[in-house]
Amino acid sequence: MLTNGGNMQSKVVYSVENLNLWYGNDQALRDINLKIEKNEVTAIIGPSGCGKSTFIKTLNRMVDNIPIVRTSGKIFYHGTDIFDKSVRLEELRTTVGMVFQKPNPFPKSIFENVVYGPKIHGIRNKKQLMQIAEESLKSAALWDEVKDRLNDNAYGLSGGQQQRLCIARSLAIQPDVLLMDEPTSALDPIATNKIEELIDELKNNYTIAIVTHSMQQAARISDKTAFFLMGELIEFGDTKKIFTTPEDKRTEDYITGRFG
Amino acid sequence: MGYQDQLITSESEVNEKFKSIKKSPVLLNKEAWNKRMEKRIIMDKVARKIFSLSTVFALVILGILFYRIGVQSAGWLNLKFLTGNLSIFPEKAGIYGAIIGSVWLMAVVIPVTLLLGVSTAIYLEEYAKEGKFQSFIKTNISNLAGVPSVIFGLLGLAVFRRLFGLGSSILAGGLTLSLLVLPIIVVASQEAIRAVPNFLRDGAYAMGATKWTTIRTVVLPASLPGILTGCILAISRAIGETAPLVVLGIPTLILAIPESLMSDFTALPIQIYYWTLDTVLTPEYANLAAATIVVLLVVLLLMNSIAIFIRNKFQRRY
Ligand SMILES: Nc1ncnc2c1ncn2[C@@H]1O[C@H](COP(=O)(O)OP(=O)(O)OP(=O)(O)O)[C@@H](O)[C@H]1O
Ligand SMILES: [Mg+2]
Repeated sequence: MLTNGGNMQSKVVYSVENLNLWYGNDQALRDINLKIEKNEVTAIIGPSGCGKSTFIKTLNRMVDNIPIVRTSGKIFYHGTDIFDKSVRLEELRTTVGMVFQKPNPFPKSIFENVVYGPKIHGIRNKKQLMQIAEESLKSAALWDEVKDRLNDNAYGLSGGQQQRLCIARSLAIQPDVLLMDEPTSALDPIATNKIEELIDELKNNYTIAIVTHSMQQAARISDKTAFFLMGELIEFGDTKKIFTTPEDKRTEDYITGRFG
Repeated sequence: MGYQDQLITSESEVNEKFKSIKKSPVLLNKEAWNKRMEKRIIMDKVARKIFSLSTVFALVILGILFYRIGVQSAGWLNLKFLTGNLSIFPEKAGIYGAIIGSVWLMAVVIPVTLLLGVSTAIYLEEYAKEGKFQSFIKTNISNLAGVPSVIFGLLGLAVFRRLFGLGSSILAGGLTLSLLVLPIIVVASQEAIRAVPNFLRDGAYAMGATKWTTIRTVVLPASLPGILTGCILAISRAIGETAPLVVLGIPTLILAIPESLMSDFTALPIQIYYWTLDTVLTPEYANLAAATIVVLLVVLLLMNSIAIFIRNKFQRRY
């Protein structure tokens, strides 16, 4: 069990220790050590293929769906090793929400999308579902745009709206952590701006790990930054420090755009 | 090297700079191309003719078929024919019993094949690990779709009629036809399930959904149109099949209207078959057969339109 074992109040949400991950024979993550703290935004940056997505997909064990994946090392979530046999995947994922790079709403109505999580976990009460939908959509800054068309198909929304719908969908199950894999890469600057503002807002209640290709975005919204390179964590620390006085030459090269 | 260094200032310089890419070293004989082009354009026209003629050919055959059936059934297809009981006298004969028999058959075939077929497809696509076993099963299911229907009739005779003692009941006939069309539904459902993009599944898993919940709430609704298409194909096949029923020993002259799964019955294709056979003795049977074909087509269209209606209602949008 996840929640009774650990101390949910602890400042450290995730403690990753000596994490290695292989796709078949190819190692994608090498000896990763880092800590993610409560109510902070942790940005994960690095060139394409360095293992950013792999890393955050390990945090909610979505990598388990890929048959060839093997891991070693430990990831403690509030003190409980998420690889432990007693941890139920379903429980972990209701505590750790995820937003994907490409908006992936279900081909259902906007309302059905938002209440999907609560519904599959057993909430049937119409009134309660409506309340959850409204709150979640408001938190995702989408309510005003969709409140009159909740029964329309989600695929009628714009890309940016779809992505905020996916965020609302994740928020509807009230997770503690939100993992976001390049949530704005498919969006225009205005939609991106909205989502960045949203992240800043959500930070008060959630712990957020966000993968991004935009240095500016990382610098704008994150408290901590992790720089990955070819499966290794090169540098991890306060965003301010990473972006002003990085310790590693490779970090400096990457953030100043002199890389590759 | 800075940007400035690359600026080109005079025309001669341009020529100098692009000399290498102006002319390809391989000389292309455009004249020869143009000559051959004539030929290719003619070929294109010929191809177009061949394809359109093939379509026209099929349509003409279909037209002749409809015409003959129409002419032959004219005057015979009336309310008395639809609601009357079977009789050896052509003027008195009606096919009410056969219509009800066919509907009963489908009432067995549709739920049985959908349940078994979709479950099999779900297992093969979502649960079974990729590997030798899975591909072995998949190949065999596809092969099964090509087995002649008489063989399924023999199987039904041996298993359902003899072993299970179901006689020549609706249940025996329905189960035999179900076996026959099962591969169609399995293959169609597999394809529909495989076409559901993984990002939708991921969306569900990331919300803490179990595999079954994901299948039930995301995969099945998204693949429903494809599954229903398979269902349409399967029904169309099952409702017109004669051979398996003949082998099962379904009698032709049944006067009682079937009332339950265990009732004896006759079905539309059986009537068509026997009436066609007996045309030698009683020429009017040909008209009865034609009229029955029209009824069979109408029943088929009705059932298909229901499936198409449902399919359109759930048409995927992503
Ligand atoms: N399902 C998979 N099977 C095999 N190898 C994979 C799989 N997914 C990722 N990889 C490999 O793992 C490495 C890391 O991939 P990952 O997707 O984590 O990179 P990324 O940092 O997210 O890149 P990007 O910025 O392009 O999204 C890559 O070399 C990739 O080829
Ligand atoms: Mg990625």
